[in-house]
Amino acid sequence: MAGSFGPGPLPDSADVVVIGGGVVGCAIARELSRFDLSVVLIERSPDVATGTSKANSGILHAGFDADPGTWKARLNVRGSRLYAELSEGLGIPRKATGSLVVAKDAAQMETVAELRHRGIDNGVPGLEIWTRDQVIAHEPNISPDMAGALWAPTGAIVCPFLATVGFAENAIRNGVRIVTECTVTGIDMADRQIVGVRTTRGRIATRFVVNAAGLHSGEVARLAGDDSFTIKPRRGEYILFDRSVGQLVNTVLFPTPDKVSKGILVAPTVHGNVFIGPDATEIDDPEDRETTAAGLGGIIAGARRIVPGLPLGTAITEFAGLRAAAGKDFIIGPSPAARGLVHAAGIQSPGLTSAPAIGEVIVEMLQDVGLRLKPKASFVPVNPEKPRFHDLDRESQALLIASDPLFGRVICRCETITEAEIVAAIQSPCGARTVDGVKRRVRAGAGRCQGGFCGPRVTAILARELGIPITAIRKDSIDSWLFLSRATLEAGEASHA
Amino acid sequence: MREFSYDVVTIGGGPAGMAAALAAREAGAARVLIIERDRELGGILQQCIHNGFGLRRFEEELTGPGYAHRYIDMVRASDIDVWLDTTVLAAEPDGVITSVSPHAGMTIVKAKSVVYAMGCRERTRGAIRTPGSRPAGVFTAGAAQRMVNMEGYLPGKEVVIVGSGDIGLIMARRMTFEGAKVKAVFEIMPYSNGLTRNIVQCLEDFGIPLYLGHSVTAIHGKDRVTGVTVAQVNDRLEVIDGTAFDIACDCVLLSVGLIPENELGRAAGLALDPITGGALADQFRQTATPGFFAAGNVLHVHDLVDWVSEEAAIAGRSAARHAQGELPLSGSQRSVAVGEGLRTVVPQRLSAFEQGKMSVRFYFRAAKPMGASLLQFWADGVLAFERKLRVVKPSEMIVADIPVRKIGDAATLEFRVLPAPEKIEADDEIEEEA
Repeated sequence: MAGSFGPGPLPDSADVVVIGGGVVGCAIARELSRFDLSVVLIERSPDVATGTSKANSGILHAGFDADPGTWKARLNVRGSRLYAELSEGLGIPRKATGSLVVAKDAAQMETVAELRHRGIDNGVPGLEIWTRDQVIAHEPNISPDMAGALWAPTGAIVCPFLATVGFAENAIRNGVRIVTECTVTGIDMADRQIVGVRTTRGRIATRFVVNAAGLHSGEVARLAGDDSFTIKPRRGEYILFDRSVGQLVNTVLFPTPDKVSKGILVAPTVHGNVFIGPDATEIDDPEDRETTAAGLGGIIAGARRIVPGLPLGTAITEFAGLRAAAGKDFIIGPSPAARGLVHAAGIQSPGLTSAPAIGEVIVEMLQDVGLRLKPKASFVPVNPEKPRFHDLDRESQALLIASDPLFGRVICRCETITEAEIVAAIQSPCGARTVDGVKRRVRAGAGRCQGGFCGPRVTAILARELGIPITAIRKDSIDSWLFLSRATLEAGEASHA
Repeated sequence: MREFSYDVVTIGGGPAGMAAALAAREAGAARVLIIERDRELGGILQQCIHNGFGLRRFEEELTGPGYAHRYIDMVRASDIDVWLDTTVLAAEPDGVITSVSPHAGMTIVKAKSVVYAMGCRERTRGAIRTPGSRPAGVFTAGAAQRMVNMEGYLPGKEVVIVGSGDIGLIMARRMTFEGAKVKAVFEIMPYSNGLTRNIVQCLEDFGIPLYLGHSVTAIHGKDRVTGVTVAQVNDRLEVIDGTAFDIACDCVLLSVGLIPENELGRAAGLALDPITGGALADQFRQTATPGFFAAGNVLHVHDLVDWVSEEAAIAGRSAARHAQGELPLSGSQRSVAVGEGLRTVVPQRLSAFEQGKMSVRFYFRAAKPMGASLLQFWADGVLAFERKLRVVKPSEMIVADIPVRKIGDAATLEFRVLPAPEKIEADDEIEEEA
């Protein structure tokens, strides 16, 4: 089966249907693509990574937080190792920065000592307790008002969008079909066995379904008569700072955690920015991504306790992400109600880190419930490298322009992103369909002007490459149209055509 | 990689770059080059299709493209080289400029003098930290202006404008012309940040309400904007409880300030003024990097393009003279300070005066609106010069020519703006330089 991506027709049948194109669903699809199977991934939005995967901390946790024996503990440590092996080949930007859990006083020093022991039990390598002086030597901008820290050398940072896109693209290259703008409306059962999935794009027959629907995974479970868990969305707000202050911190800085969350962090991103956040607010609406004055104020106050000289004037954007919390641990395993349905749900932190390990475990579980796995000789584990003009030396840049003149046209001036990179982001197997999709893949519009300059240009390139009018270009979600034609208003039409 | 040599290179082909290049050529620079990123000259003027440009420079009212074309025609009639569709990646302090374009690939230019003329960019929602969701339909006013005026598409049908900068006011009128409903303009400050004529001609003439002292506290909508929450603020700009209200709209345009586009300078270690966001410059518009000059909105954000052209001519002439080895060596510089009532001054430094120079022109921005005022120049603690101003607004630049004899060799130089003791009917005329 040839892989594909887009809002195309849903195939009549598949060996496995994966519901949800976040990092977990895409990592599972990629793991399944190692085998001789027909795999269809269904995604509600026009792109992958539009839910929890698009707005999170982008941290590859070392794995000392979770209680030993939990899915979180096991999959975090395994996932952290898998990223180290996979990232380069899949084109996933990853930086091994290490992480520090900063203790303010003697009581918190005891907590980080406990974390170290827990980490050792979980199999996290290299954990050390650092003195105040060691911490300051490593992080000159940190608040001197602290006692020491836990150093985790395997803590790392990753681009969560490109992780998702990297898994998705590789899955597609290996035959997975990703059908976007397709919402699940029902699950067909026969004698408690899954037999098909109904969607807004028709029905697909299958005996195996993976529920990786993130914030909506509880609803998907209930479609199969399974009410064994409920998702409680937890919102976290973030502030992102310009690359000009990228030197503020060298590593991921956590406060000493409390019972509820890992706290407000100050951390670098793989692209050289710095961010602060998140807080944790329980909400009812699984689509409520509003930031609030109180929330932003809270994360600023929290971050200042770690790095007092926060350069607030260099903030370039604020956003909120939602975590699909469902309890203490991930919900991973066969549905108690429907044969053939396997959940990868309740994936909150460290879900991004765990994703490739979740993929491995889910495939084993599908095998346990009857899916036959035959390794595919044609499996290609890597994606072709995509040149990043900005990161290259002058000679390599000149050679690129010689190979394709569109590398000579800079569209996003803040991040130095060329037209050739944008075209490639649209034309690749898991190609961008929206303005935010372009931004997440190549960072056009992710810089300090936030698309003020390149936005109209990226919109025009998308329209040209996709062969659709400007008025059909969307920002992100299905109905997030950006521009109207003048004629719409002249004709007095009430709605967007 | 091809290599070229020029006497003067301007980075940017908007009004500042063109005026600087023309002045440089006129002042005797033999080889002058304009490098422009867009596919035509003119910069942001090309999307400013409203009129009001050129009253000072050409003594007639032109549109933005009309004003630009006066200069484009002059550039075309000259032997100045123009590279379009070309982006400068780096300009090193030794005058080596690396640029790329689809047609010429990567190119190295060795310049004796460089004029920064990259203009400015708009502040974003992130910079003003407006809470809420991130739906489609939130645009900076300038980006929306480009889509409407140059591409022919509309950003929405029911519009709320945040900030009363000039582009926002102009867009309020434009969107009304296009058949959209502009519901209101919200300005957090107790005064407008736009030109008075724009308040009158773009809002009042169309019955669009301007709410001063109001802040948009949240943007709502999941796919597309569905509305905003607005509240009144106190004099510390804090939201006043109980004043919040909602307005439905499908589009939010931001006009909340402009920032000089100094990324190239910053990368080359250029010394910047933290208040203007532009380079520190002397009266020749030479920056702290020898041979590098700056003009227009990359140096400080201007209110009128006419002043940009004028300032750029100073920078261009100076760049030519530097290329010829004739510019007085900067030697020891005196810094120019702003005191009470003022926020910015350009130039911020004075180098040794040229022979025969009668006066130095300074540009200021006021710290707050004031009625009748006196602009004062203090040299070594002594009031050396005073100019009457009928009214002072932060949105309008104050321009003053200070006679060289009044500056003399004073070590400390400071400007202030104070309330005038009596009503002033008209500003003192600016003394045009001989």
